[in-house]
Amino acid sequence: MTNDVTTPGIVAARIESDSYVENFDDVHKPLNSHEAFVAADRCYFCYDAPCVVACPTEIDIPLFIRQISTGTPKEAAKTIFAQNILGGMCARVCPTETLCEEACVREAAEGKPVEIGKLQRYATDKIMEEDVHPFQRGKDTGKKVAVVGAGPAGLACAHRLSLHGHKIDLFEARDKLGGLNEYGIAAYKTVNNFAEREVRWLLKIGGITPKLGMKLGKNLQLDDLQEKYDAVFLAIGLGGVNELSLEDENVFGVLNAVNFISELRQASELKAIPIGRNVVVVGGGMTAVDAAVQSKLLGAENVTIVYRRGLDQMSASVKEREHATSSGVRILTNLLPKKIIAKDGKLEEIVFAYAKSLNGKLEAGSEEVSLKSDQIFKAIGQTCDEIDNKINVPSQKVTTIEGGRIGDQNIWAGGDCSSEGEDLTVTAVAQGRDAAEDINRFLNHL
Amino acid sequence: MANLFSNFVGIKSPNPFWLASAPPTDKEYNVRRAFEAGWGGVVWKTLGLDPHIVNVNGPRYGAVWGADRRLLGLNNIELITDRPLEINLQEIKNVKRDYPDRAMIVSLMVPCEEAPWKEILPKVEATGADGLELNFGCPHGMSERGMGAAVGQVPEYIEMVTRWVKQTTRMPVIVKLTPNISDITYPAEAALKGGADAVSLINTVASITSVNLDSFSPEPSIAGKGSHGGYCGPAVKPIALNMVAQIARNNNTQTLPISGIGGVTTWRDAAEFLTLGAGNVQVCTAAMTYGFKIVSEMISGLSQWMDEKEIKTIDQVIGRALPNFTEWQHLDLNYITKAQIDQDLCIKCGRCYAVCEDTSHQAITSSINGQRGFEVIDAECVACNLCVNVCPVDNCITMRELQPGEIDTRTGLVVEEAYGSWLTHPNNPHRSAAE
Repeated sequence: MTNDVTTPGIVAARIESDSYVENFDDVHKPLNSHEAFVAADRCYFCYDAPCVVACPTEIDIPLFIRQISTGTPKEAAKTIFAQNILGGMCARVCPTETLCEEACVREAAEGKPVEIGKLQRYATDKIMEEDVHPFQRGKDTGKKVAVVGAGPAGLACAHRLSLHGHKIDLFEARDKLGGLNEYGIAAYKTVNNFAEREVRWLLKIGGITPKLGMKLGKNLQLDDLQEKYDAVFLAIGLGGVNELSLEDENVFGVLNAVNFISELRQASELKAIPIGRNVVVVGGGMTAVDAAVQSKLLGAENVTIVYRRGLDQMSASVKEREHATSSGVRILTNLLPKKIIAKDGKLEEIVFAYAKSLNGKLEAGSEEVSLKSDQIFKAIGQTCDEIDNKINVPSQKVTTIEGGRIGDQNIWAGGDCSSEGEDLTVTAVAQGRDAAEDINRFLNHL
Repeated sequence: MANLFSNFVGIKSPNPFWLASAPPTDKEYNVRRAFEAGWGGVVWKTLGLDPHIVNVNGPRYGAVWGADRRLLGLNNIELITDRPLEINLQEIKNVKRDYPDRAMIVSLMVPCEEAPWKEILPKVEATGADGLELNFGCPHGMSERGMGAAVGQVPEYIEMVTRWVKQTTRMPVIVKLTPNISDITYPAEAALKGGADAVSLINTVASITSVNLDSFSPEPSIAGKGSHGGYCGPAVKPIALNMVAQIARNNNTQTLPISGIGGVTTWRDAAEFLTLGAGNVQVCTAAMTYGFKIVSEMISGLSQWMDEKEIKTIDQVIGRALPNFTEWQHLDLNYITKAQIDQDLCIKCGRCYAVCEDTSHQAITSSINGQRGFEVIDAECVACNLCVNVCPVDNCITMRELQPGEIDTRTGLVVEEAYGSWLTHPNNPHRSAAE
């Protein structure tokens, strides 16, 4: 091996081949049966359980945990999938510590919530390992719906519509289904091609025809869709990435974190992915953490997350942040990116100014700090691609009414491109599912 | 420092913790380990006449578990000792010789005829053992052959056999009773009439712990079939406590010393048995769950509690709760309490609400000022305390006693200071006039 963690610049193969396998293994090991029983025993079966209220898809958590504890994990999985068809992925990627597990009364009682996420994974794995699809498609209604975007929202919507017997064409701009599950989540959260397997399993419901390489506004027009289909569901995610708006931002070494993560997820060999010796990630969300931790795992020597506000304002949860720091990532806060220093078209440093808050607005102070860097990942949020001027796009996102409908047209929207809710996988699933129900009511003139 | 020394019908032991007649006391090796661990005495696993009996060669135990597979109840289909009489007698002699300060009781079960008893008793006496326990309790296997519970369920047989034994031996005789009867005081009285020095109870409860839903066989399953077994462990403690207390306060049996058995797992269980009239306790399932070492906790726990209560000797504990054990008709109906929820301790699981709303008296709210929260509605609360028992947080829900003069908002009546029971209640057609 010629490279190691101290090799200057952006190079591949900084660590031993075996280390890649180890580093990118399941970050949270699944529970075995004994562990699942012990964990399930801790659930109090609360009345009107706060965990259910905290779950965007409102999975009946006490019921599925009781089903695990009585030795019927596949029934538990059905309880989960009935509310959230991507319950398998959500079990892996949900920030449970800010959702169900934060609400768990055991958290109040002893600071140790029931391990709901892990139990959900235990149950869903049981069915998915057997490759059994627990639902049957409803009788064909003759209605056709176009679902644009095959991420969590699109998949959830398509599945629920199919359950009601409608036919779905599922359009996807990329050459694989899954959206951010496939392209945007750290590899160690979804090992062994889980995202791909989950989509294949979901499509077993039937009635859903994937159409890849179809991008709205390019080879797909909203007008046409509205005409050809009884309803349209837009789940196109956020195609754009916010810029730092600094000079030299396009210099070699400055990349969007989402592109890095996507490249990493699609790489046939992790060893071939070049990574800097000194990596700086600008941002404070889960994408920043995913990019930073994976940089470290690829063998970067120094990885720093730099966030403009305080720790407590980072959208990455405490658990995510702890995962980053325990992986060797440094987190610096209250710093605003000020200047990129490049030499001969190559990144050398990034300079930050200490941020001052004036009436809630951040301003750059006079004190500065400079970080040596071969590579910068921008993770400061994404924006909506322009969809169509027919749709009301007052801000950056599509505004919807209840049920995800846009005005009184036969268009619905959900997922990250919607103005509603947090940009979480589980929120996208809930919106896709609920839009499907609204579309179903619309199609049946209910 | 409390003195745990025990003198039970003249049988002395350094503490009141004996191992009950069961697999832990089946042979010399185990009993030596038990004494090394600190047990005050053992009741050697029941001896019978040769040819010795045999056990099944499949599983002997069925179990009931609580959370995290905590063993709550154990059932067994094991019979009395399956080793030759001579070997057992020799081993008993060896152990008693080496541990003269520990109690050595020998459990016996032979056919319900005088000759076999007369034959075995001198042999046991020759071992130097301190006493006998007559196994009239075993509810499975041996009872099919007219022994064990088959004797214990017929008071006349108990009296008859006890008399034979007392006439033949100078050793103290403890009669072990089966709970598989309708009124425990009858067999206890029979034992007393037969001349028993004491009774021990309870033996195991006839039971089926579970059914295998694949093979449709009761557990433990022997080649696809199961028979009922004897149930023991923490699950049977409440049954045992009641039976011990019934004998201890019954006019006809209250002079009879009792060795308390049934689910004793901690020092606390032991103390409870003692307070309800047991002179000592016998332990089996707890040892079979955790090993002999648990006696250390029993000794230290009981000592600490006695010190805290300034109780010097075991005798001062025995029967301490008996004056407070009465019939329902004597309970004070003017004692009025209301559940109250400590909002600082409440973790808002809502279990109290679910059970009160669904299964009781609709006396708990599920919101406080529009927020999730649980509060008792005094005007509906009958003080059943179900909420206390389902609450997962210790002491979060407690029962507050209303003081005389306060108004019970449920009935609108003023709480009376005077005692008033069913016997004087106006709804009682047989009431006696209040004095």
